[in-house]
Order: sequence, then structure tokens, then C-alpha cells
Amino acid sequence: MQFSENFEKRYSDWLTHYPLKRSVLVPSLLYLQDELGYLTEEAIREMAARLELTELEVRSVISYYSMLTTKPRGKYNVQVCTNICCMLRGAEEIFETAKKKLGVGHKQTTADGQFSLEEVECIGACSWGPAMQVNYDFHENLTPEKTEQVIDDYKKQGTQ
Amino acid sequence: MADLVSHPDEVKVVSRRFGLGAANLDRYLELDGYKAAQKALQMTPDAIIAEVKASSLRGRGGAGFPTGMKWSFVPKESPRPKYILCNGDESEPGTCKDRLIFEHDPHSVIEGVMIAGLAVGSEQGYIYLRGEYRYLIEIMEKAVADAYARGFLGDNVFGSGKRFHAAVHSGAGAYEVGEESALMESLEGKRGVPRIRPPFPAVIGLYGGPTVINNAETMANVPHILLGGGEWYAGLGTPKNGGTRLFCLSGAVERPGVYELPLGYNLKKMIYEVGGGIWKGRKLKAVTPGGSSVPILKAEEIDIPADFDSMQKAGTFLGSGGVIVIDDHTCLVKYLLRTESFYQHESCGWCIPCREGTDWLKKTLKRFHAGGGVMQDIDNLAYLSENMLGRTFCPLGDAAAMPAIAIVKKFREEFEAHLDGKPCPFEAAK
Repeated sequence: MQFSENFEKRYSDWLTHYPLKRSVLVPSLLYLQDELGYLTEEAIREMAARLELTELEVRSVISYYSMLTTKPRGKYNVQVCTNICCMLRGAEEIFETAKKKLGVGHKQTTADGQFSLEEVECIGACSWGPAMQVNYDFHENLTPEKTEQVIDDYKKQGTQ
Repeated sequence: MADLVSHPDEVKVVSRRFGLGAANLDRYLELDGYKAAQKALQMTPDAIIAEVKASSLRGRGGAGFPTGMKWSFVPKESPRPKYILCNGDESEPGTCKDRLIFEHDPHSVIEGVMIAGLAVGSEQGYIYLRGEYRYLIEIMEKAVADAYARGFLGDNVFGSGKRFHAAVHSGAGAYEVGEESALMESLEGKRGVPRIRPPFPAVIGLYGGPTVINNAETMANVPHILLGGGEWYAGLGTPKNGGTRLFCLSGAVERPGVYELPLGYNLKKMIYEVGGGIWKGRKLKAVTPGGSSVPILKAEEIDIPADFDSMQKAGTFLGSGGVIVIDDHTCLVKYLLRTESFYQHESCGWCIPCREGTDWLKKTLKRFHAGGGVMQDIDNLAYLSENMLGRTFCPLGDAAAMPAIAIVKKFREEFEAHLDGKPCPFEAAK
């Protein structure tokens, strides 16, 4: 099967970077997931076939990396860091605010499929904590008010 | 994206181009960009290594291993291709410095990787970034493409007839992959399970070839060393601790941020003057000076120089440069619980002392913090963590054990205050 043109261009470029083609597996899975929302059965089968791996080998890799998932997620994945540096500056309150605002808990998705929430480990924003990522965008120096505002902004964006 | 800060005591070497638009290649060239690489092309590999050795540059990832020595371990002749691997999997809690390098000075990383290649006879570099850093991966990819377009990378770098290729590689979320052997596994498309050593990567590494692995900040320092001279760089720090370092101040300080200070800068001064002291008018309780994995220092133990050797003398490590400041409103049982929950989550499960140990630490601390602890638990926490130390393939087991050993030993009274069967006294005070 063929994935998006964008992905196929990246993928063929990546193949030229490494002496072993298996090296493209981890980035391929992540970029595919970005397009598909999650790693589908079909995508796993296709990647296994392309890289001459078993589906089990691909699944074993998926299960190791915390960003990779085989379950559907919301359009916006809200990832609140609660690790120590963010915790010292009030991350628990940020996570509670996000929970209340979205009405879902850790690794849950809103009924309309717009938002998922996740409590995550350190995202490298320690000097700007508390922090969260929505998909790949960083939101830093959060307060409960700012957190609500950020989520509202994505809500607006999502309904446009 | 992330805010920049500054302080008059800073000595800017690796952060020299921050905020100056150096992600743009022309701007980078105006700011002495790629001069070091061109200089390196005129030098012998031995001369490059000698210059880096003279700088006493030590690894900025955490272990602090002398960079020049690491490079000199790579055999001159090798039947397999040699590789340079730049570690940008920055994931140690407290550490957020490589982010700024990738954002503000991406070409300095490429230049450092290329110089490492010239020094050890490698023609291929990989720059591995954690997957969460997508905007930085895009910046790095553009920088690499721009360097290729000008002939700075490729089959004839700067018209020298020498080859050097570089590629950016995205991870997908794994702390453990920051460990060098797990990093190679990940780049080979596998689970990031560590390899046993020896053989060391300098002999058998990526794809079985000799491999140099350095942190992004280490790489970004190399061009400055070649241009300014090893002696100049060494003189910025303390003996055997050359240069400056990006310190990431986080937690309970007034002015958190990433500051570049000379190695040997006083830790207390860093917190009270550079960082503006403890926030909310509170008092300092403790400092974790080198990322979440290093042993904690009590408030009265921090009047020491922040360099590799002084920290070790004080019973801890300079680690990754993440200075985590903890105020007197923080419960250290809870702090340790959060730390161990992290390591439990990140343990790959390959080595039993780490897999079981982190799980037991987390479970015990959780019960303990909730008021269900008994005196024997305190000794068990110490016993358990001491028995994890040095018994795993990679340092993740040590990383989990060290904070537990130090916190239980230095703050035993805080554990004892949880023994009344009631929930945490700090929670109750809120």
C-alpha cells in the first residue's frame, strides 16, 4: 500500500541515510502515526513487509516507545508533564485543571474525539515549568488560567 | 520558543549565538560559522584530538568523560565504516539545554559532528533528537539541507575532496535511549535495550563499526575549541574541567532558566544570585545538582564549585547540568516517589535489579507517602536501592538508586514524620 505523498517522500529519503533499512522503523512509525492518528493494523503490516520484519517485531518496537500508540487518540493530545521540575512549580494543579476542563482522565479521550489527555514524563521544559505539549507544541510557564485558555484556543481551532 | 535569560556572570561560548538568528546559514557564517570545520580540514586527525584534549572538554551529557580521550579510543584502521552519533535525546528530568542549542545554533552541532568525523576518520554522522522535539527536528533538518546545498556536507566538503554526510534522526519517546548503547539500538530500529560493555562503542558500535557518541552540547563546543584553542577553553573552567556549561536552573527559584557559566562557578551563588534566590520568600531545603538521577545535596552542602570533580568530592555528580532547586514546602518523600515513578516507567525491564527495584521503590514510597508506612520500610528503601547500584547493563538502575540512597540517608526524619499513620504532613499543612 501507499501512504501519503509527503510520507513516501520522507521515507525514500530516509532509506538513503542508513546502511540497514531497519533504521527507518522508529521515525517511520512516528510520522505515520501523525498522519493516521494511531498505528493501524494495516500500517503495522505494511511497515513489517517493507522492512522484512515480522509484525511481532514491529509491535515489540511500538510497545517500547512511549509516543507510539495502536489506539485512536483525540485530534489534540494534551500531554501535561508532572515530573519533578514541573511538580515543584505546581504541575499537579495544571493536570487537575486539564482533567476538569476536558472531563477526562489520564490516557482518555473526549466523547467528541477532539481531545486526549495524558500525564507525561519530562518533556525538556524544566526551566519553563509547569509545561505541557499539545501534539508537538510546547506551552510553558503555565498557570491554571493559562491552561484553560490554551485548551479553549484549541477548542476554537477544532471547530473552525 | 523557550524563553532566553541572561546574567552578567555568564560566559557565553556555546550560547554565544543564541537569539542572533544563527539558524540561518548566512547569519551563521557571519558569526564565524564553519570556520572551525575548514580549519579542521587543514589539520591532521591527531592534531584535532590533541586540541580537544588540551581543552579538557568533558562530556556534557552526564558522565563527564574526557571527549578527546573518547575520540582517541577509536582505532585508526577499521574494516567497517566508523560513525559519529550526536546524542540529542535530552530526557533527564531537569535538563533542557540541548533544546536551546538545536533551536538557536543548529549548525554548531553539525560542525561539531563533522569535526569529530575528521578527527576519527568517519564519513557519516547521525544527529538523534528525541521525538517530542519535532520543531527542533525540523530546524535541524533544514540546517543539514542548507549545509548540503552549499557543499559543506557531501562527497566533497568545502572542496577538500573529503566526504562527510550527516542525517537527523527522530526518536519516539524513551528516556533510556539517552544511554549510549540503547541509543545505538534505537538508531538501528530496535527497542532501546542497552548492550553489555565491553566491547565499547569506540571499537564496536553502530552497525558494528567504531562509533563516537557525544552529547549535543559537547559537539557544539568543539568548533569554539578549534577556533579559540584548547588552552583558552581549558582556562575558562577549573583544572581538568575545561570550559563553560549550560546550567538549567529549575524548580523553586525566582529566575529559572538556562545560563552558561564557567565550570567551577559556586553552586550557592548560582542559585541565589544568578537564579535570584528561592521563590515566594521560602527557604532552601535541598538541591539536586545534575539532573534527577544524582544524589541530593542538603541546603548547607551547596557552597561548592560546580564542576565535575568538586561535585564528586561532595558525594554527588554534575551530571547533565540540571540544577533542581527544592524549597522547604516540598515533601521529599513525595519528590522521591515522583522520581521513582519516572524511573519505573522508563526501565526497559531487561535487567532484573532495575525492573524489580524501581517497581518496589515506587510501590513502597506510594504506600509510605499515603500514611501506610512502617519503620522497616525506611531501611528497606535504603537496602533495596543500594543493591540496585552497579548491577545493571546501563546506568538507569544507578540513576534510580542514587537519589533514593541519598534522600533516605540525608532526610530520614522526613520519612519518620510520615509514620503516624496519617497522610503526608506537608499535604496536611496546605
